[in-house]
Amino acid sequence: MTTGAAPARVYLDHAATTPMLPAAIEAMTRHLGRTGNASSLHAAGRVARRTVEESRESIGATLNARPSEVVFTSGGTEADNLAVKGLWWSRRRRRVLISRIEHHAVLDPVVWLMEHEGAEVEWLPVDELGRVQVEGVREAIERDPDSVAFVSLMLANNEVGTLQPVAEVAALAQAHGIPVHTDAVQAIGQVPVDFDALGVDAMTVSGHKLGGPYGIGALLVRRETDLVPLLHGGGQERDIRSGTLDTPATAGFAVAVEHAVAAQPAEAERLTVLRDALVDGVLEVVPSARLSGDPVRRLPGNAHLSFHGCEGDSLLLLLDARGIDCSTGSACNAGVAEPSHVLLAMGYDDERARGSLRFTLGHTTTRAEVDTVVAQIGPVVERAMNAGLQNVRKVS
Amino acid sequence: MRVLAAMSGGVDSAVAAARMAEAGHDVTGVHLALSRNPQSYRSGARGCCTLEDSRDARRAADMIGIPFYVWDLAERFHADVVEDFVAEYAAGRTPNPCLRCNETIKFSAVLDRALALGFDAVATGHYARIVDGGLHRAVDPAKDQSYVLGVLTAEQLAHALFPLGDTVKDEVRAEAARRGLSVAAKPDSHDICFVADGNTPGFLRDLLGDAPGDIVDASGTKLGEHDGTFGFTVGQRKGLRIGTPAADGKPRFVLDISPVDRTVTVGPREELAVGSLSASAPRWCGPAPDGEIACGAQLRAHGAEVRAAARLDGDTLRVTFDEPVGAVAPGQAVVLYDGTRVIGSATIDSVDRVTQPV
Repeated sequence: MTTGAAPARVYLDHAATTPMLPAAIEAMTRHLGRTGNASSLHAAGRVARRTVEESRESIGATLNARPSEVVFTSGGTEADNLAVKGLWWSRRRRRVLISRIEHHAVLDPVVWLMEHEGAEVEWLPVDELGRVQVEGVREAIERDPDSVAFVSLMLANNEVGTLQPVAEVAALAQAHGIPVHTDAVQAIGQVPVDFDALGVDAMTVSGHKLGGPYGIGALLVRRETDLVPLLHGGGQERDIRSGTLDTPATAGFAVAVEHAVAAQPAEAERLTVLRDALVDGVLEVVPSARLSGDPVRRLPGNAHLSFHGCEGDSLLLLLDARGIDCSTGSACNAGVAEPSHVLLAMGYDDERARGSLRFTLGHTTTRAEVDTVVAQIGPVVERAMNAGLQNVRKVS
Repeated sequence: MRVLAAMSGGVDSAVAAARMAEAGHDVTGVHLALSRNPQSYRSGARGCCTLEDSRDARRAADMIGIPFYVWDLAERFHADVVEDFVAEYAAGRTPNPCLRCNETIKFSAVLDRALALGFDAVATGHYARIVDGGLHRAVDPAKDQSYVLGVLTAEQLAHALFPLGDTVKDEVRAEAARRGLSVAAKPDSHDICFVADGNTPGFLRDLLGDAPGDIVDASGTKLGEHDGTFGFTVGQRKGLRIGTPAADGKPRFVLDISPVDRTVTVGPREELAVGSLSASAPRWCGPAPDGEIACGAQLRAHGAEVRAAARLDGDTLRVTFDEPVGAVAPGQAVVLYDGTRVIGSATIDSVDRVTQPV
């Protein structure tokens, strides 16, 4: 076992954002000093348009979509909103089928549609490993296929890393002409992703989660799929999305997608080894800890662990003070950690949900970083256990 | 020292945290989320714990360059402070929730958790001083908060830091501006933090419901009606809504509140005068007094200090004033002082009036 020098700070929150790849920085900065609106007809516009269209073609080719199926957005959240609301308004059918473990960028627009547009949300059943049950989806669709507006199911869960049976669900839905959206933000660069082969109608991609810039993403939309736009204006993106395109960002984004996908097979292997070392190391030091999510069908870079009798907040604070960046994986409300909706959907009780930490590994992760976590986790958990759960809540 | 700085989002706690960091301590900022449904924005000097306060605290921590977290103490705060506040008013008493919060939240729940996590002390922006382990008044008499800290025991004080006790408020604001803290000009908060609109009777009525009753004078003559005894505090003059003026034309004050028969008794100012009081649940910032001691006594936040003799009688503290004092509201704390040093405190249960109503 090789152990390098302990790193100054350990960054194990790649699912939140991952460092930009040097090639993406180079591609983006090359364009930052240039002028040109990709919609303009003159020479400057043509130069910008060429960059944008080459980026589009590259992303399409890498993810197996046609260039015209790549709709640039401001990021994953906008792409998810565009898919959810766009499909709802174009389909005008009452039922929406989603899982309770979706990202808030899917969950919240669906709940909004429920509250403001009369959508009937049907929650697809999830098991204790965070897997959506295909039979449950079949039952929900076949009960009344004509009433389903769309199905949305993420490719890989952002908290516990469990991979979802998107292709199977898409095949079920397709048999009834029901469109399917998938949020692939966490999956690209970690597992193979083929838009066409998945059989989905729309797929969300984000730049900064795979080594590209912030503020850009895309919704891949099948050519024959109708979407009502959220942003009206110049109609730059197939009339589905308006707004002057960020030419440098599209260039950086495309390079990042290319590199992430090209590196994926080797990177998945490397990250799996590191991730397993992290999980095994932590479990050896803290035998009461538990791995969450599917132990096999999961993202290679995801280690989601729960620590009995600890508050995730305490663990985070103590690790942060020891130079380790990770996440409790849960949504924040004014900075107050709520128990994760994903873990609750998996049947965790409030206490186990609160005592969870998410370590996510990425392209900069080293063995030394993993070793640092394993070396620190014991005293950290002991401390957090002493601080306990009872201090912040009324003891009933 | 590893210091946990409680940061409300106001200027005082921001400067306190900055001073601790500058002194070379390893400081971590924590904002206490005390409300279950925080309001988005504060208006003027009202309330705290809004989302904006949380962001202000985070921004200050970023400027100081310290880690920052939000701790959710809403449940504990509700159980230990808000419910106590409501129950006390329902019982005809006038509680001080800030004091209760210091006792049960900031220097109990937060301090315990901080110590367990490996911190050595909790620093706050309170205006008070700790000298040789003893709690003392701040140098700025207008801002002195030793009264609401009088519930702290010696053990709690051993892990408390009040970096602003030697500074006057104006200097704290100037220092905040000098340090580039954006909260330098933020208004002070005055009202009870969990009563968002500052309307305490309205807040209590929402929780307790209307409980109408009579307003009477000392002889039992009905002078008016009220919606609930919880709207009143002993010594209150305004808002009595009595139609008939007093025979002598003098203003009338609340003398007594009796929630059981829903009666509020009013009378002239001289009948408020109190010669002595009994108080329970004493807490000592140092050694408990032995026998009768001559001391100063403060009976409400920002109230004047009066001379008194105090004596501990079992768990009951008996305080006799050298000169009769005005309105004393049961439920408030009596805090005893030896010079600038806080001796301890207890919760006022009953008072002995100098002029007994006929």
